[in-house]
Amino acid sequence: MGTIIWTTIGAILTLSVYSFLYKDNPFYKFAEHLVVGISAGYYLVIYYFNFIQPNVVAPVFQLRFGDEVIELGSSMWWLALIPGLLGLLLYTRFFPKIGWIGRWSLGIYVGGYAGLGLSPIMQARVLNQIGANALPLTSITNVFLIVGLIGTLTYFFFSMKHKGVLGALARVGIVFLMVGFGASFGYTVMSRVSLLIGRVGFLLQDWLHLI
Amino acid sequence: MRRQFPLALCFIAGLFMAVQYFIPHPTVQDMYERLLIWLQTLLAFAFLLGTVSLVRLHYHKIRHRADDRGYSWVTLLALCLMIGLGFFHSAHHAQGSPFDKMFQNVQVPIEATMFSLLAFYVASAAFRAFRARTLESTLLLVAACIVMLGRVPIGDMIHSSIPAATRWILEVPNLAAKRGIMIGVGLGMMATSLKIILGIERAWMGGGD
Amino acid sequence: MNIFERFMQIDRRWIFLAIGIVVIIPFFFPLGLPVTVTEPVQNLYDALDEIPPNGQPLLLAIDYAPATLPELEPMSLALLRHAFSNDINVAVLTLHPAGYGLAERAMNQVAEEMGQVYGEDYCFLGFRPGLSAVILGLGVNIRNVYPEDAYGTSLNDIPMLDGIRNYDDIPLLITLAGWSAAEAWVLYAHQPYGQDVGAGVTAVMATDLYPFLDTGQLVGLLGGMRGAAEYEGLINHPDAGVRGMDSQSAVHILIIILIVLGNIAYFGARRKKREMERDAA
Repeated sequence: MGTIIWTTIGAILTLSVYSFLYKDNPFYKFAEHLVVGISAGYYLVIYYFNFIQPNVVAPVFQLRFGDEVIELGSSMWWLALIPGLLGLLLYTRFFPKIGWIGRWSLGIYVGGYAGLGLSPIMQARVLNQIGANALPLTSITNVFLIVGLIGTLTYFFFSMKHKGVLGALARVGIVFLMVGFGASFGYTVMSRVSLLIGRVGFLLQDWLHLI
Repeated sequence: MRRQFPLALCFIAGLFMAVQYFIPHPTVQDMYERLLIWLQTLLAFAFLLGTVSLVRLHYHKIRHRADDRGYSWVTLLALCLMIGLGFFHSAHHAQGSPFDKMFQNVQVPIEATMFSLLAFYVASAAFRAFRARTLESTLLLVAACIVMLGRVPIGDMIHSSIPAATRWILEVPNLAAKRGIMIGVGLGMMATSLKIILGIERAWMGGGD
Repeated sequence: MNIFERFMQIDRRWIFLAIGIVVIIPFFFPLGLPVTVTEPVQNLYDALDEIPPNGQPLLLAIDYAPATLPELEPMSLALLRHAFSNDINVAVLTLHPAGYGLAERAMNQVAEEMGQVYGEDYCFLGFRPGLSAVILGLGVNIRNVYPEDAYGTSLNDIPMLDGIRNYDDIPLLITLAGWSAAEAWVLYAHQPYGQDVGAGVTAVMATDLYPFLDTGQLVGLLGGMRGAAEYEGLINHPDAGVRGMDSQSAVHILIIILIVLGNIAYFGARRKKREMERDAA
């Protein structure tokens, strides 16, 4: 019985969202605002119990990190205290007079992530891709890949005017880009339609049991 | 202290994280492991900051008697309900708990349905805006139609060359174009990261002193 | 206003209705069109198939949110069924907070269906925020990132994780994501640690990942519901992916017809307008 009630709630909310296709209405707005509250609450609880509790609260207040015992006042304990304090500093933005202190945490966060990305991005997105495209000119496919890559990169090279050879290469680049975007569009349609099929499947099978 | 100190912290954290890949010394690796946890913690606290902002926004709407304040009540009550179920119910996040049921039967259907609305709009846009006006737009249109046909079973039924053409589009022109974009974006990401570490890009500090 | 212009200005709700009808009909009158398997899907299947049974676990990152559920949940069910039927242990985690409930739902459904035991055949590590920091952290020591599983049990008390320390002990990692998580696993798990990574992504993202597939940075790729349908075919367990393919075919045909009709109307209207201007001159 409980399952039927819950599924019916899901179905009613699904239909409320679809009512937007006719025109904007209070049912859609209700569902829209409901999901904001529910998801914010859900995420908060998941963040707390999955990360903050075991990795931040437990080492400081329960004096343990998994199986590892941490002694109060030890260097491990002080080090465990730092991330939580840095996190709390972010909240100084709600107090205009001391809001600037939050930048300390933000500096570590922004700088840390920027530094972490440098080497993997260089290798995975740039060097490996250039290496994979350094192909022998032994097949039509290889020629297409080389010309296509050079053309695409030329199209995005804005330091010189696209004239002469550069212009011709950029033009080739546009052709490749358009075919690539066409493929992306085809896949985008596929993606959106799949989402609709999933919801229709829910209504017809899980809720109405028609199929 | 207000601007220089955070810039220095940003530089030190960025430089350390960038070079630690190349220094396998235990002390450096220990500090690196610790910093990884710090970064995760900061992200978690930043998320909670977002929730506080959401509450403030809707609280102000209710307080200033905005026309649509009824919906703000819906958001805030839903938020409180989830927090209540999550923190005060014994099995706070196990499958089948009221907290999980709210997620599975309220959040999942609404979010999934909202994104599925795009199927209708993409069809409408295809009818109204997808025109073969120029050579470029014709190429885009033809490639899209081939891929749309080639990636569904009916494409195989119509002609075996359709899936083959789809595969060629994906593995040759699409690959070359996406690789070009990937390299370009990669270089852009690196440049931005360097600008942040070196303090040239300071937008993250916001305005004021 | 001529007939072409009137056609172009048709109320879009008629198009919405047509899409709705075309999606629904194949559910009642399925055609059962065969789904052929493509190379990226076959490669992922082979990579998972090669993992020795009852040994080092498959790391399955269920990184999707409800918004992409219909595309990615069929993939997670098919992958779990394949792993469990081969007695491959599976450690599940998520880098998206909403992935927590969705991972539990997929994992428990298949585990129950196939009689798997928690802690011995599969386990759920839960959610961690921080994307690249988490992925890199797992490369150093899984226990640094996850001192305990999602239910508060220390990882040292989970038998299937005995001797599992970092990526050196993970034969294959598969991420299912509708956002940049798939690329992050390539950047931060494959690149620095040489971890074999496979991905299941929404169709929207699939074309962007072809460069990684070509270089071997991804061992295999499932793209959208079609990718799930192919995998369901490979494990001989047709489910939501295969079931959706008829509707998918029908809607794609309808959209192509709409594009053609839209262009006929556009060029017809343009020609009529030019004729009228010429007549007026």
